[in-house]
Amino acid sequence: MLLIPCPWCGPRNQIEFTYGGDATVKRPALDAAEAAWYEYVYLRENPCGPHDELWLHSAGCRSWFKVRRDTRTHDILASARIDEDLVS
Amino acid sequence: MKYSIFSLARNALSYHENWPLAWRSPPPKNHYDAVIIGGGGHGLATAYYLAHEHGMRNIAVVEKGWLGGGNTGRNTTIVRSNYHLDANAHFYEYSLKLWERLSQQLNFNVMYSARGVLNLDHSPADVDAAMRRGNAMRLNGIDAKFLSRDEIAKWIPNLDCSESARFPIMGGLLQPRGGTVRHDAVAWGYARAASALGVDIVQQCEVTGIRIDGGAVAGVETTRGYIATPKIGIAVAGHSSHVAAMAGIKLPIESHVLQAMVSEPVKPVLDTVVTSGAVHFYVSQSDKGELVMGGDLDFYNSYAQRGNLPIVEHVVGACLALFPSFGRLKLLRTWGGIMDMTMDGSPIIGKLPVSGLYMTGGWCYGGFKATPASGWLHAYTIAQDRPHDLNAAFTLERFAGGNMLDEKGAGPYAWAH
Repeated sequence: MLLIPCPWCGPRNQIEFTYGGDATVKRPALDAAEAAWYEYVYLRENPCGPHDELWLHSAGCRSWFKVRRDTRTHDILASARIDEDLVS
Repeated sequence: MKYSIFSLARNALSYHENWPLAWRSPPPKNHYDAVIIGGGGHGLATAYYLAHEHGMRNIAVVEKGWLGGGNTGRNTTIVRSNYHLDANAHFYEYSLKLWERLSQQLNFNVMYSARGVLNLDHSPADVDAAMRRGNAMRLNGIDAKFLSRDEIAKWIPNLDCSESARFPIMGGLLQPRGGTVRHDAVAWGYARAASALGVDIVQQCEVTGIRIDGGAVAGVETTRGYIATPKIGIAVAGHSSHVAAMAGIKLPIESHVLQAMVSEPVKPVLDTVVTSGAVHFYVSQSDKGELVMGGDLDFYNSYAQRGNLPIVEHVVGACLALFPSFGRLKLLRTWGGIMDMTMDGSPIIGKLPVSGLYMTGGWCYGGFKATPASGWLHAYTIAQDRPHDLNAAFTLERFAGGNMLDEKGAGPYAWAH
């Protein structure tokens, strides 16, 4: 069971959350080349180890935030507000 | 040695103590005409078909662990070809046709059991979708039959088909030729047949790097030394991103954990495979008597080969809603496997943007049933250096070109397929 530390509500059961995927991808400028959009929409680093990702506290405060989690062990290393950087 | 009633009788005379090993385990050579990375069903099938169909005998399969120790031994053994989109339907139907004669071809009993795969429908919209998919399947020459609630209730007495069911059953789409296959036997059967044709199977040999020279592959670095080869096939679903990255290639794939579980073994109670898309649940009974169950992904990136309890609770809850009488059984064990989830839910079988590098991967939930056709087409693509008509749609380039094969229409969210 994941105990996910919401930056607003504190540690809560994973069933309150919805996963939002890789937090490192950045939306390109509207006039960016097609290759940049392809990379943004489809390509992922998919690391075996620490992964920065988005979560939504859907059954709680309804806020999106960031989590750094190890994909080999599911250990949660850090969490941060959406406008903060992850520090671990 | 050919397995037969005569070899069985001969070996009975020596109390079955002198059976030869099913495959050779030679040390790796310095050079091969092709190296397949991954000794699961797909990699072993690729090697077998390269040797059998294309006459390439100087080839090796390298595996970091033991044969069939990944998803080949972790899936729920279901085979079917009940797909809607043409490219998927033709591909999985070819695979099912290979399953039907695989035991004879490999001289190894893979225990293909055509017990049928039934998808339940719980709403009028479900029924419409099932009718549409069933008609599409029949237009593609695949068997499909719609069953009414009464027909299902008569066939599967344990299933709650009453008016008061938590998820009322309004009908179901049956593929009679679908069923199950003994998954370990698939790895062993392909390994034995490939080894007999001269393929070197090298276990405990992890690939740590791919050497590229002038835009073409030169060889693989492994924990048992460098192996030079002009052709490399990657068949490591779960870890495709990680191995492709050794060649500098980024894939439209995320790795996610999918759990499965079995009950304690009981006498025969269920003689088909029952699935429900709406409830996210499927169940069949193994030949040992365990009820084999599964559901959805855990919905977060993972390489851990184990999941968490909310999914176990969901699967068991769904099981009891559909089959109340199974409530007296104990859950025996649960496990997880790592899925390559692509951005459209369909696989990638083809050439990669480095000359001499090929892959079969991105299997999402569908890898086991695809094993024979995946190996057959991967081998064809490696030997001919071009895709066959059956895998022409499964390119890596389809994502950039907008030619997605999105069976579920879920969009570019790997975990949503």
